[in-house]
Amino acid sequence: MSDWVEACAADDIDEEDVMRFDHAGRTFAIYRSPQDEFFATDGLCTHEQIHLSQGLVMGDIIECPKHNGRFNYKTGAARGAPVCVSLKTYPVKVDAGKVFVQLG
Amino acid sequence: MVIIGAGECGTRAAFALREAGYDGTVTLVGAEAHLPYERPPLSKESMVDPEAPSIKAIADAARLAEHHIDLLGSTSATSIDRANCSIRLTNGSDLDYDKLLIATGSLPRKLPLQGLGLRCLDLRTFDDALAIRAHLHAGSHIAVVGGGFIGLELAASARNLGALVTVIEAQPRILMRGVPAEIAQVVHEAHDAEGVDIICGDGIASIEDDGASVHITLSSGQVVAADLAIIGIGALPVTALAETSGLALNNGIAVDARLRTSDPHIFAAGDCCSFPLAIYGDRRVRLESWRSAQEHGVLAARNMLGAEEAHAAVPWFWSDQYGLTLQIAGLPDEGELTVRRDLDDGAFILFHLKNDGRLVAASGIGPGNAVARDIRLAEMLIGKSARPDAVALASPSTKLKSLLAA
Repeated sequence: MSDWVEACAADDIDEEDVMRFDHAGRTFAIYRSPQDEFFATDGLCTHEQIHLSQGLVMGDIIECPKHNGRFNYKTGAARGAPVCVSLKTYPVKVDAGKVFVQLG
Repeated sequence: MVIIGAGECGTRAAFALREAGYDGTVTLVGAEAHLPYERPPLSKESMVDPEAPSIKAIADAARLAEHHIDLLGSTSATSIDRANCSIRLTNGSDLDYDKLLIATGSLPRKLPLQGLGLRCLDLRTFDDALAIRAHLHAGSHIAVVGGGFIGLELAASARNLGALVTVIEAQPRILMRGVPAEIAQVVHEAHDAEGVDIICGDGIASIEDDGASVHITLSSGQVVAADLAIIGIGALPVTALAETSGLALNNGIAVDARLRTSDPHIFAAGDCCSFPLAIYGDRRVRLESWRSAQEHGVLAARNMLGAEEAHAAVPWFWSDQYGLTLQIAGLPDEGELTVRRDLDDGAFILFHLKNDGRLVAASGIGPGNAVARDIRLAEMLIGKSARPDAVALASPSTKLKSLLAA
């Protein structure tokens, strides 16, 4: 397992929102839930390789901006057409106002 | 349960029957030989991907089998025996149904001209896409008849491949149907910048194929010579089955808010039907939209099982051309006032409101998915019949999400 990578400051993301995080040639999405918890998934939708960070966060759901495919960003589970392949998720921790992601 | 039409709508309906817990027989009757596939890429990625295109399957054979969905490919229905709840298939066999869903979609409108040869093609199926693609290469001259979405997306794809492209539109501007002029102007300018020649306000007088190229004579007398003419002048609902079996028609197969036809055992959904749209006082509309086809399929499936749910979705549509994406939620022609919100990188959104302040539609255009989130939030506001503050709508610093919570 690789080390924890600093992704952003906690304040960079509003509650119930998402931002893109690129690292080592890969792209991820970092989420802040309405309950003020942080999560991370792969950054691209499993349907057509669209950046999820431009999508809409509603509760536990991230919706792809292109074709409205939905995922539970806490578990990565696909939640409706046209997506049927789930997202990979990554452990996240917050330390001294910074968000760290453990990239596998 | 029998579904006629294995496109986006029929296929989603088949899966939705299973998701709703139905465990009887589900038969999906599809005219094409392919597995059910997504049509949106046909005018875009399927044209320009350097590798030989393949279908983007909605579900592969294993997934169909897993859900016990029987796909009858290369098969159409020729008649419906409503008295006996049975359909006749092109292979001569009969298929009984408890509930029937007609999801036959639409087909390209044809030019009312004789003698159109092999250099006049239109686009509906994957096979149509392959036929068009074979003509698109650097230096070939492509004439696109019709400045609607299909025509313009194909024009953009052809231009990406280095073809010379002329678009001919009979109306005074492109995208007359359903797209506000300000947004159509952005699309027009993008095509201009890419070197596409757009001719508006000129109809087609005749098309001749001399064996080497097509010669399109316009109403004005101008002649456009091309290696291929692509005809994209709209689509007509496929209603022959409904017509011969005596189902009520009205700009397609007429269904109620639950997608039921005039026969309570038969439903219709997707491009082939017109239905009352609750958010606009039950205005009857027929939509040709990927997402609407999906939503209809799911709703029809649930109602075939007795759910009695009324259609409540807001129409939503998108188009990609070059690096631009346009998205529209609701029907902009419902609006009486317009409020503009400018975003970064030249992207903007038009909010279409009634005089009483109710938001009825939103249309936006910009690079990539720049307008997606706001259009999605606008769609939710439209669905709630919200009356958002016009100043807040115009101000990019006001998050639409905050208006939704209000």
